[in-house]
Amino acid sequence: MSQQPSDQPDPTRRGALGVAAAAVAGVAIAPGIHLIEVAQARPAGEPASKSVRWGMLIDASRCESGCDACVSACNRENALNSAVEPRQKPQWIRKITLHEVKTDRKVNLPMMCQHCAEPPCVDVCPTGASFKRADGLVLVDRHLCIGCRYCMMACPYKARSFVHEPLTAQNPAVPRGKGCVESCTMCVHRIDQGGTPACVEACAREGHAAILFGDLNDPNSAIARKVHDVATTQVRADLRLDPGVRYQGL
Amino acid sequence: MFARLQSSARFESRAFWTLLAFGGLLVLTGLLAAHHMEEHGHVVTGMNNQVVWGLPHVFAIFMIVAASGVLNVASVGSVFGQKAYKARGPLSALMSIALLAGGLMVLLLDLGRPERVIVAATHYNPSSVFAWNVVLYSGLFGIVGVYLWTMLERRMAPWSAPAGVAAFVWRFVLTTGTGSIFGFLVARQAYQSAILAPMFIVLSLAWGLALFLVVQLTVYLWNGREVPHETQRRMVRLLAVFVASSLYFVAVYHGTNLYWAKQSAFERFILVDGGDFTTLFWGGYVLFGSVVPLVLLLRPGADNATCSRSMLLASALVVFGAFALLYVFIIGAQVWPLDLFPGHVVSSSFMDGQIDRYVPSIWEAMLGVGGLGAAFVLMVLGIRVFNLLPHDPAE
Repeated sequence: MSQQPSDQPDPTRRGALGVAAAAVAGVAIAPGIHLIEVAQARPAGEPASKSVRWGMLIDASRCESGCDACVSACNRENALNSAVEPRQKPQWIRKITLHEVKTDRKVNLPMMCQHCAEPPCVDVCPTGASFKRADGLVLVDRHLCIGCRYCMMACPYKARSFVHEPLTAQNPAVPRGKGCVESCTMCVHRIDQGGTPACVEACAREGHAAILFGDLNDPNSAIARKVHDVATTQVRADLRLDPGVRYQGL
Repeated sequence: MFARLQSSARFESRAFWTLLAFGGLLVLTGLLAAHHMEEHGHVVTGMNNQVVWGLPHVFAIFMIVAASGVLNVASVGSVFGQKAYKARGPLSALMSIALLAGGLMVLLLDLGRPERVIVAATHYNPSSVFAWNVVLYSGLFGIVGVYLWTMLERRMAPWSAPAGVAAFVWRFVLTTGTGSIFGFLVARQAYQSAILAPMFIVLSLAWGLALFLVVQLTVYLWNGREVPHETQRRMVRLLAVFVASSLYFVAVYHGTNLYWAKQSAFERFILVDGGDFTTLFWGGYVLFGSVVPLVLLLRPGADNATCSRSMLLASALVVFGAFALLYVFIIGAQVWPLDLFPGHVVSSSFMDGQIDRYVPSIWEAMLGVGGLGAAFVLMVLGIRVFNLLPHDPAE
């Protein structure tokens, strides 16, 4: 080991160190200070109306085994054309088969974002990219999502997907992006133009009509009347997230 | 005499540059992996829509938790007035900053959109535990930076104690925040437990001190110096207390999970038939990461200064156990399916009802190692530039 006396501090070195320390401190602390200034920056939800709560009622007894019309329609509508392995592939809607062991009863149902009134994904998102619109739709702002995947950890329905690969041939009405998290938008681009979600249309076209879509807040809507008349189930009701998607016949 | 010993504590110039080059190579490896992941997307990793946090998170969370814990050495000196620890305060503070920087590097480069990191700073969701942590991490840099300044600059010495108390409180809050990232997650069965925040605090104390001892013992052995006997005895005993406490908290965490009927299947998976996860938990964390180090640390004569090598081994094993535990805690919890419909057997095209598999890719490992390399480079630089090796009063 070479030995160099170091009793006297080198003023040049000290000066340089001071500048370097100030620069590092600035880079590390500045974001923390800046973010407090713009905390209330983005009013989410405008111009959608608070008086509306879009929702779905899914009748599992009408959901056919082997039919994936809703899944195909969703993939077509949102250009989910990924060729990667299934576990890395975005799936905004999926068919689930339930088998009740004690009774041997089997039921099929589509599972997607449940558009919760109290969405955990919105709570945990550090940047506010996950947000709930005034009309109850839970969406992701593609420009704010940093791809941390905390919302995927928090969603009890496994409804969110991460875009693992570069995308091509997108639908201009449904912007997506590599490295962002995404999920069912309830076809917000169609709803905003007075339409219905692609999965609802496809299911009806197949003659099953298992998915009823509408405004849960409008007492005269078909969905509100049905929810009033029949017993419906909220998946993971124990979490009290008040999902906008309800099921019957489970 | 003092000047000779002080200068002998410095790295030899050639050794310094060699160590720096080695660290730089590790950082380069990490950056290369990050570039590859950025270019091709996370498709090149083993992560998927079920296991969304992979090996990089194991590295990142280890470094962030250890960054908080390693500062305890300085706290014992400043807050509790222990002289032997006071001499180690500057090195402890440097290691804290270095580890936090390394951990954050991995965390940020593993983002789907790392180039948008500025968004995390300019758009803030106050209900997000992650967002709290952005403030906590930035704050720790600032507070420890000032703390280090008060320890190195004689004129600032009167402020050392208050800065030490601030750092002491801040790092407790920070580790509470890290534990709460998981503690508030209702979706995954392994998490959503109030015990996770205190458990992470205790783990941080053990992992931080173990890493500190690894660095201290390595540097002392390299320089042919011996840690003063009394100091060695205290630090070894303290590490044993922290390792035993960690083991206790982990036992209580699994014990409480076992108590709830709905968690028993998950606990059975981790503790009994989870394959690699079970092996890593019992063999990696419990046996080699806790029991063996405890035996090495507590056996008669273990605190003798001549036992530096076995102390080094014990500390390194604690660090190994930390990685094993975090792998089981982070990955094992995610491969377990979400329980959407209790009482039903569930199947789908999206791995519902199935135990997923996760094989980390080489890119993930490279990114994690890159973070360790960054921490290593900062430590080597700091030790060299600031002359931060402990100078014991007896010397």
